[in-house]
Amino acid sequence: MLYLELLIQGLVYGCMYAVIAVGLTLVYGLLRILHVAHAGLFALGAYLGLLITNWSGSLALGLLGSALIVGLAGMLLYRLCYQPILDRPPYVALIASIGLFIAMEEIFRLIFGPYGLTYKVPPLQAKVLVLGVNLRQAECGLILMAVVLLGGLSYLSQKTRIGVAWRATVDDPQMARAFGVDTIKVRYLNFFIGSSLAAMAGVFVSLLSNVVEPTMGGVPSYKALAIIVLGGLGNVKGTLIASLVLGVVEAFGTIYIGKLLDRDAIAFALLIVILMIRPQGLFTRQ
Amino acid sequence: MTMGIYEISLATLVSINVISALGLNLISGFCGQISLGHAAFYGIGAYTAAILAKAGLPFPAALLAGMALAGLAGLIVGLTSLRVREDFLAITTMGVGFLFIGIVRQNAFLGGEMGISAIPAIGLSKAGFLAMVLILAALTTVFNLWVKKSWMGFAFEAVADDEDTARVLSLDVSSYKLTAFALGTALAGLAGGLYTFFARFISPDNFGFVTSISILSMVAVGGIGSVFGVLVSTIFLTLMPEFFQFLSDYKLLVYGALLFGAMRFWPDGLAGLYASLAGRQGRRSSDRAEGP
Repeated sequence: MLYLELLIQGLVYGCMYAVIAVGLTLVYGLLRILHVAHAGLFALGAYLGLLITNWSGSLALGLLGSALIVGLAGMLLYRLCYQPILDRPPYVALIASIGLFIAMEEIFRLIFGPYGLTYKVPPLQAKVLVLGVNLRQAECGLILMAVVLLGGLSYLSQKTRIGVAWRATVDDPQMARAFGVDTIKVRYLNFFIGSSLAAMAGVFVSLLSNVVEPTMGGVPSYKALAIIVLGGLGNVKGTLIASLVLGVVEAFGTIYIGKLLDRDAIAFALLIVILMIRPQGLFTRQ
Repeated sequence: MTMGIYEISLATLVSINVISALGLNLISGFCGQISLGHAAFYGIGAYTAAILAKAGLPFPAALLAGMALAGLAGLIVGLTSLRVREDFLAITTMGVGFLFIGIVRQNAFLGGEMGISAIPAIGLSKAGFLAMVLILAALTTVFNLWVKKSWMGFAFEAVADDEDTARVLSLDVSSYKLTAFALGTALAGLAGGLYTFFARFISPDNFGFVTSISILSMVAVGGIGSVFGVLVSTIFLTLMPEFFQFLSDYKLLVYGALLFGAMRFWPDGLAGLYASLAGRQGRRSSDRAEGP
């Protein structure tokens, strides 16, 4: 019974990681940038979701509004911050992104205060019995959202014209352009989708803990970076699997080796061990 | 010039940061291996020195042991760098940083969350300590300059520029990478040990991701690979929070904005800015990412 409970808890976390990490891996696939500021957008999404939900009383409106605004913010971020430095060595964008993330956290702290905001009436807190395990609606919602969004994304990329252009740009931007793909538009779309996903993950994380804090992006961000490396940078399917694996390993790890390593250290220990065995990530051929 | 306790402490901190930043400059600046976990080695030096000093070992021995252990750990992480490249390495070293913090936090022997306090004094006055750290920082600077001009420095640069070409030129890429890692992390360990005896209290908070990033910023804002650029930016970035004390609520914001602004507007750092002001051509830029 404990095993099943841990497994499901792990999958809940894994889904959260997946929704964040897919955006990151898409940015990496397209621009070869480690987009640390993604976690700032995740936190921004949580703030907006909470504010809109508290104001309107509707979580659906909160989710949608947050996804839309953060998606646009992601596009703006690309235009103002990354596009001008794309031809520089990769560490330039990496460090810029880290600086941006620190600045964003501080801006949240200044605007919303250091202690975090809470929902007036936390939505989706009722218990549901799934496979004999007690879950909250928010946890089921998170899993459902991950399946729907990532499924939709997979449909978009496999079956539509936009998706084809997108995959072509990720594979080989110059070739894609030669075939008439507007690679600039693809990049904007990419930032929009990735950032919206991060925002929705942020809203669900805030539902699980009923608090939105300035620093809430930190840990998921670094873990998402570890995940996209494990998944083989830029590989969406690998990222999904790595997210779920990490969620489950963490859930079991905190029970069985929690005395030796905390939850975050477990994630990175796993990362280092796996990279020693497969330096190109888990799911990259070659 | 007379210096109060406050100025002496700041100058000591600057010198310690110079040693650790120039250590990272060997790894990331000269040899092109971006590390996001430098604070872990700084921490290994600090914790080793603290524990050994509390166990009664004399100060120089504790300091050297911390340096050696940090260098050894760096050598092991360097072995990783032979297997993973570029962004993979950046994330792996970040992981090493988190792993270090995780181990320290969970381990009562290492003081856990509370850190280690009451580290024995070494019997130097504040000014005497500053003099010692200044000399070590100067030696580190000379060492950096020497490496840059040496055969090893050229080899590092070749590895940083293009690993495969360096290999074709029959350079032993692996051993140069390992050397850079071992030397750079040993310097971080030295800096960490000095910090231990300076502050006489250490806790996991001193050695986390933010510290790694601030050391990397000193190297990147200075102009990656430029010894004098790194010196100037280390002094500036260490003192900046003090200048901005009147804005203490905004300290980190200014820091983040500066980091971002520097990379966005002067990606070659202060050294590149100086070069372009002096009318010389900036440093090469990579053709890795496709331009807009």
